[in-house]
Amino acid sequence: MSNKESIVDIPTVNKIARLSRLNIPEASKQNLTNDLNNILGFVAQLDEVNTSDVKPLASVTGHKLPLRSDKVTDGNIEDLVLKNAPESSSGFFVVPKVIE
Amino acid sequence: MSDLLKFDLLSASIALKNKEFSSLELTNAYFEAIEQTSALGAYLEIVKDHSINMAKASDKNFKNGTARPLEGLPIGVKDMFCTKDIKTTASSKILENFCPTYESTVTQNLWDDGAVMLGKLSCDEFAMGSSNETAAKGNVVNPWLKNSKMSPGGSSGGSASAVAARSALAATGTDTGGSIRQPAAFCGITGLKPTYGRCSRWGIVAFSSSLDQAGPLTRTVSDAALMLNSMAGHDKKDSTSANLEMPDLMNYLDRGIRGKKIGIPKEYTQDGISDDIVSFYEKSINWLKDSGAEIVPVSLPHTKYALPVYYIIAPAEASSNLARYDGVRYGKRNEAASLDEMYEITRGNGFGEEVKRRIMIGTYVLSSGYYDAYYLKAQKVRRLIKEDFENVFEEVDYILTPSTPTTSFELGKKQDPLTMYLNDIFTVPASLAGLPGISLPVGLDKSGLPIGIQLIANSFDEPGLISTARVLERSAEFNFIADGAAK
Amino acid sequence: MNESINLKPGQINGETGIWEMVIGLEIHAQISSKSKLFSGASASFGAEANSNVSLVDAAMPGMLPVINEFCVEQAVKTGLALNAKINNVSIFDRKNYFYADLPQGYQISQFTKPIVGEGEIIIDLDDGLQTTVGIERLHLEQDAGKSLHDQHPSKSYIDLNRTGVALMEIVSKPDIRSPQEAGAYVKKIRSILRYVGACDGNMEEGSLRADCNVSVRKSGEEFGTRCEIKNLNSVRFIIQAIQSEAERQVEILEEGGKINQETRLFDTSTGETRSMRSKEDAHDYRYFPDPDLLPLEFSDSWVQKIRETLPELPDLLKKRLVTDFGITPYDASILVEEKDYVDFYQKAANGKDGKLTANWMITELFGALKKENISLSNSPISPENLGQLIALISDGTISGKIAKDVFAEMMISKKSPSDIVKEKGLEQVSDDIEILKLIDKVISENEDKVKDYLGGKDKLFGFFVGQVMKLSQGKANPGMVNKLLKNKLK
Ligand SMILES: [Mg+2]
Ligand SMILES: [Zn+2]
Repeated sequence: MSNKESIVDIPTVNKIARLSRLNIPEASKQNLTNDLNNILGFVAQLDEVNTSDVKPLASVTGHKLPLRSDKVTDGNIEDLVLKNAPESSSGFFVVPKVIE
Repeated sequence: MSDLLKFDLLSASIALKNKEFSSLELTNAYFEAIEQTSALGAYLEIVKDHSINMAKASDKNFKNGTARPLEGLPIGVKDMFCTKDIKTTASSKILENFCPTYESTVTQNLWDDGAVMLGKLSCDEFAMGSSNETAAKGNVVNPWLKNSKMSPGGSSGGSASAVAARSALAATGTDTGGSIRQPAAFCGITGLKPTYGRCSRWGIVAFSSSLDQAGPLTRTVSDAALMLNSMAGHDKKDSTSANLEMPDLMNYLDRGIRGKKIGIPKEYTQDGISDDIVSFYEKSINWLKDSGAEIVPVSLPHTKYALPVYYIIAPAEASSNLARYDGVRYGKRNEAASLDEMYEITRGNGFGEEVKRRIMIGTYVLSSGYYDAYYLKAQKVRRLIKEDFENVFEEVDYILTPSTPTTSFELGKKQDPLTMYLNDIFTVPASLAGLPGISLPVGLDKSGLPIGIQLIANSFDEPGLISTARVLERSAEFNFIADGAAK
Repeated sequence: MNESINLKPGQINGETGIWEMVIGLEIHAQISSKSKLFSGASASFGAEANSNVSLVDAAMPGMLPVINEFCVEQAVKTGLALNAKINNVSIFDRKNYFYADLPQGYQISQFTKPIVGEGEIIIDLDDGLQTTVGIERLHLEQDAGKSLHDQHPSKSYIDLNRTGVALMEIVSKPDIRSPQEAGAYVKKIRSILRYVGACDGNMEEGSLRADCNVSVRKSGEEFGTRCEIKNLNSVRFIIQAIQSEAERQVEILEEGGKINQETRLFDTSTGETRSMRSKEDAHDYRYFPDPDLLPLEFSDSWVQKIRETLPELPDLLKKRLVTDFGITPYDASILVEEKDYVDFYQKAANGKDGKLTANWMITELFGALKKENISLSNSPISPENLGQLIALISDGTISGKIAKDVFAEMMISKKSPSDIVKEKGLEQVSDDIEILKLIDKVISENEDKVKDYLGGKDKLFGFFVGQVMKLSQGKANPGMVNKLLKNKLK
């Protein structure tokens, strides 16, 4: 990860901001780029660790996933579901029109 | 300061049972204190009418002889816990007016045990920070050092500041990489992060799901035990909640540590750690030795990689956990003509700089072409860090470390994100391994700021952690009170 | 175009030669569970907007997923029916993307370690041939909500009722070579799902939808660039969409163009596919294991228990019907197409003439139901009554011809055939004396024709049979009429 590819530039910041759906003002892009490079440079220390025989950690507890039985125990709470909605109409959430 | 504020959680509980004063009196004393210390900025929201009703109900229970374990004790709640019909913002502008229709399991457990809710406490935005400077509503001030504005630490900075300033008898916190232990250390109080899975995460605003744990911030170790007794427990609504009974921690307060082995990891004494902290760390080692413990030098060889691992995994999980704040179902929306624009402006304006920085890092390390090099690598090294602890716990019962490399710093002083991240260097490893840890105050440095020492136990050994911490607490005799509460 | 070339299904005769199709299918099957995959809200269809929604489905802050046991069982059961490898440890991953009907900002799915691995199924083609299609994997995932775009000029309306409903995604290997094979594959998967009981297979309501990956190549060449046609909800559309997409690709390639790997939609009004604008934004799903869930683990003995609950599956059932009931493999393949069919048949044919029962069921009953547009489960004729009708034919109580009238009456009145026969006095007359009386009457009324017959006009025999039958109102046993007439007219 210390290779050249991982060096973040402004086009990369634009791409990542777009993927994250974050509007970043032009004026703060350079600072953000620097911060990201510093942080990525810092975490690049992990290159030193040999992990060729190590499995990634799946969970810290080692417990099995609990299963619940198939019963309807929830729902019919439209008022609660919609209560905090910035915009809703006749039981629906409302958003700017989406074009498919 | 009202005499009523001198009681800690446990002694107040006894006094209430003995009818020395009522919960209503105690609660009102805290509301006075909240007003007097308002300049600290610890509270985001107070719910006086609600608190008074709860206190009155508690007084009725005392009268009827039906008092519960935390009956009538007024506590504060970190704003990461969703509280029914009470504004919950995670200190973020994006949740400015969010009012949950549900109560988090942990806070519900507290209310079910009789605790009285004072209000919601500030924190770093979405719990991302170590100085409480990223909260949308502004910094929280540490009550220590009358004449300066010091950081209370973070992210549970509001909780730590309020407990230290005696504007809450105790408070809840959440700890992802040190967010309970580091502010507890900075504010001269006790902070306990339980084993991952002890406290339900249901209803707590998620930052990094594989690390987040709720825990108490209190004045004493006994208070931490009393409060965690109520907070912890298996919850079917959280798939990662441990289905294990926790023994009553109050039975472990005075068991001592004779014959126990305390590991001293060589990797925790490094450059950059302040001399005063080193000296109190050495004192702490001696105190434990004097109390009958055997001191064993140990090694946790992957310690230096804990922060890099943490700054990959936590942002990665956060980038995904925070995707739901999109202005569609709740929270603040910025109107725009298209859906994508609406998302971008809403999130761009709603999140603060640190949160955006972490979302960007998290998105980057998960993105195509980088996943293996960053996220997968970090999960592998995380396993090595966990195995380091497993190996050491074959040899010893507890591990003793400093809680932080330095004591509190002035607000606004540390600007560079990386320097800020180094604050959590001693707390992050146990978080990555899911282990329980406690920070307690053992002394003051030359400038009069509290110093915290951390004990780490094996998974689900909170009872042993409490016994050991009590020994250290007794030896340290930390009786200082923050001088700048009403600044 | 060279008209004389005999093209096989799935081949396209272009300017530059013959192209073949390479097709892989991703089938999304809704699991027939009562509640959702990770929440306790109802998974039922057609409720008021946002009523089958829990706080978990709406992705409120702090809400967490807890998995539905039934859904896990059904995935394993289906995996076993697909002769596939069951993975005792699997992982749930988050697929991250922003969309209005995806409240969490990610879909919980399985990426690197699905619950079911490789398998294969045999599909039946129209010409009676069979072929094998490989299964790449089966994984569990959440469905998304629904966006309505036609409620308001500048707004979309969001209903989260389907959000979080349990789906199995069954991914085939790129083994399919024609639209017809793709259709047969979907039918076979649907039939297996129904046998297992994991999914109702209702394509109209969207419980079964297919994404088709289509590419073209010249025989023997490497796979070409593929396009994915999303969300097809009928076998007919699948066949049409693949054909038109393959033709589009051939046209582009022959003009020297390149295929863009992209997601396309099938326009049912034009019968053509078109590019999906909204999905064109460079997607990078940033899959990673969902930290809210632990690895899903189960033991071999638990899988064995599930295996023991598996019903007899169509391929084996078909073989058994041929041996047990003596029917043709063709009839058997029709009967095993649906579990209802075979259940009905086995009840009707129990202790009866199997071949005759199959004929009556496939030709008469299916024909009549289709005409009335009724499903077999709502058939006015019960399997017991069909069986009784077959018995009445076999033991000579009624003739085949009368049986058709009885059948028609059964369709209307739902009465049992023996009641109808009794009420209308339709029993076949097999009594010698009765039949001889009728024969005598016919002979006496047609003396000229009897003379002609005896004089060598053999063809008139049929006329006498017809007259006797007519006089008996169809009830006379035709075999006996034949025999007795022959004796009489010697
Ligand atoms: Mg697909
Ligand atoms: Zn899918």
